[in-house]
Amino acid sequence: MAGLWVLGEVTADGTLARISTEVATFARTLAEAAGQEVAGIVVAADPTAAATELATYLPRVLALSEPAAAERAWSMVAAERIAGILEPDTQEFMFAGAGPDGRDLAGALSAMLGWGVLANALGATWTDGGPVVEMSVFGGKLKTTSRFTGPKGIVTVRPNVVTAAPAAKHGEVEVVQATGDLRQPVVRTVERVVEAGAALPIEEAKIIVAGGRGVGGPDGFKLIEEIAEALGGAVGATRAAVDSGWIPYGQQIGQTGKIVKPQLYLALGISGAIQHKVGMQTAETIVAVNRDPDAPIADFADLVVIGDLFAVGPALLAELRARSG
Amino acid sequence: MQIVVLVKPVPDTASSGERLRPDGRLDRAAVPAVVNANDEYALEAALKLVEAHGGEVTIVSMAPSAGSDTMRKALAMGATRGVLVTDDDLAGADHVSTVRVLAAALVGLEYDLVLAGADTSDGQGGVVGAGVAVLAELPLLSYATKIEPDTDAGTVRVRRISPTGYDVLESAMPALVVCTQALGEPRYPSLKGIMAARSKEIVTKSLADLGLDPESVGGAVATTALVGSEAPPARAATRVVRDTPDAAAKELVAFLAERRII
Repeated sequence: MAGLWVLGEVTADGTLARISTEVATFARTLAEAAGQEVAGIVVAADPTAAATELATYLPRVLALSEPAAAERAWSMVAAERIAGILEPDTQEFMFAGAGPDGRDLAGALSAMLGWGVLANALGATWTDGGPVVEMSVFGGKLKTTSRFTGPKGIVTVRPNVVTAAPAAKHGEVEVVQATGDLRQPVVRTVERVVEAGAALPIEEAKIIVAGGRGVGGPDGFKLIEEIAEALGGAVGATRAAVDSGWIPYGQQIGQTGKIVKPQLYLALGISGAIQHKVGMQTAETIVAVNRDPDAPIADFADLVVIGDLFAVGPALLAELRARSG
Repeated sequence: MQIVVLVKPVPDTASSGERLRPDGRLDRAAVPAVVNANDEYALEAALKLVEAHGGEVTIVSMAPSAGSDTMRKALAMGATRGVLVTDDDLAGADHVSTVRVLAAALVGLEYDLVLAGADTSDGQGGVVGAGVAVLAELPLLSYATKIEPDTDAGTVRVRRISPTGYDVLESAMPALVVCTQALGEPRYPSLKGIMAARSKEIVTKSLADLGLDPESVGGAVATTALVGSEAPPARAATRVVRDTPDAAAKELVAFLAERRII
């Protein structure tokens, strides 16, 4: 089949990862505009549930059943199986999420097939038989558009670039048993550990309330958590707060943490240094509370409250609670 | 243990001088280069591992010849030697070429582990580590927050970040581990380290030295091409609120309601 493929990522409980619903919507919209075919692919020990969910968004989904995916690290197994079903002579483009699993899959598939990668897509159009992809580079200081030089390629898509929207009609799921030996070196999954408080991946949150050095300590983060809860959002942090051990690394936003694009980014006690800014500057709305009117964040926030977060924060909490009544 | 760390010199994010030349490639003269931040975490992890288990750390970079300056900074942190792959034919190299070159540079080196950073601050693709693992035929253990080699058994265990916690992965060594910041803050080079780095060995290799055909890598065979670039749209002017906490909180909430966020 020539056309566009969407990688369906599977969560630990066998359901479809949210990023894949967005990638499916992104690729389907592009395929419809370009008059191209689009299909999904899910590789898992039991891919049926995730594939059925992906078919809400796409006309056709291939569910590749691979028992090895249960006991081995997923990305290499999936890359090898996907490489095996792509047809060498047709025009094909793979779309994956720009998270850990999608990036690993993209990197492995790229090396197996020699396909190019356009990473962290923010948008795409179709020109001359292929996607033209809009990306941000140098930590958001430049917006570029790029294309593939050949008829194949892999695009990784940032979370929250589109809102997931089901297709008009539910698609068909075709379940296929994987066959043949796997050749890639074995990486065994020994254990899957679920940690408390990691319910919503921060890069998928619509609202993020983040704290920095100004929060002062783990106790200060309780206020951040309460405000996040009142807004129905997730808690984020700067590298300074993470390095101080106030909050886990998984919640760090910035150059060496996560890149997020929420509807609202509420920055409390965050100066807005460039290393943090690159992780959150594409948020739709940025609101900051900071004592220092000269903090860099005051230059790029939409609204900044000059004040002590331990005075403004509780007042904000009271106001939000009164509103939700 | 012998550990190889893949290190990329990148434009300094803090300089704000990044720009493209008319041919769409990075204008390297316009901005100072630094060691990519995520690669510093990989290097720190490597140094801690050889402190615990003995051994040496070799840095491998693909960069223009000036990349040796950045490599000295990495050597000053405590690595033993560097291998710099540099060749005019690599100008305009894409991910695919970079992966081919780094995998070729590993051939002939002795190692138990290859460590790479999760992504780079310039391209942010995050795909090179997995690609090198495929071409070098190494097990891939990615997004590591903890690395525990068992040198007697010849295996390595890694904690990999998952959306709900972490997975414990295990493979035989040699293996390639993609590193994150959670491995620990990189050390500052000591004065002694900086002095010692001046005389440390940096082996420069060309494509010919690696046995790679110049026609098979670099800008001429790039799989992607730049169509255009522009500055991102500027954000609207900032609204500044200076008021009592209660009044400021009310204004903030009204602003969120105005924008239909709440």
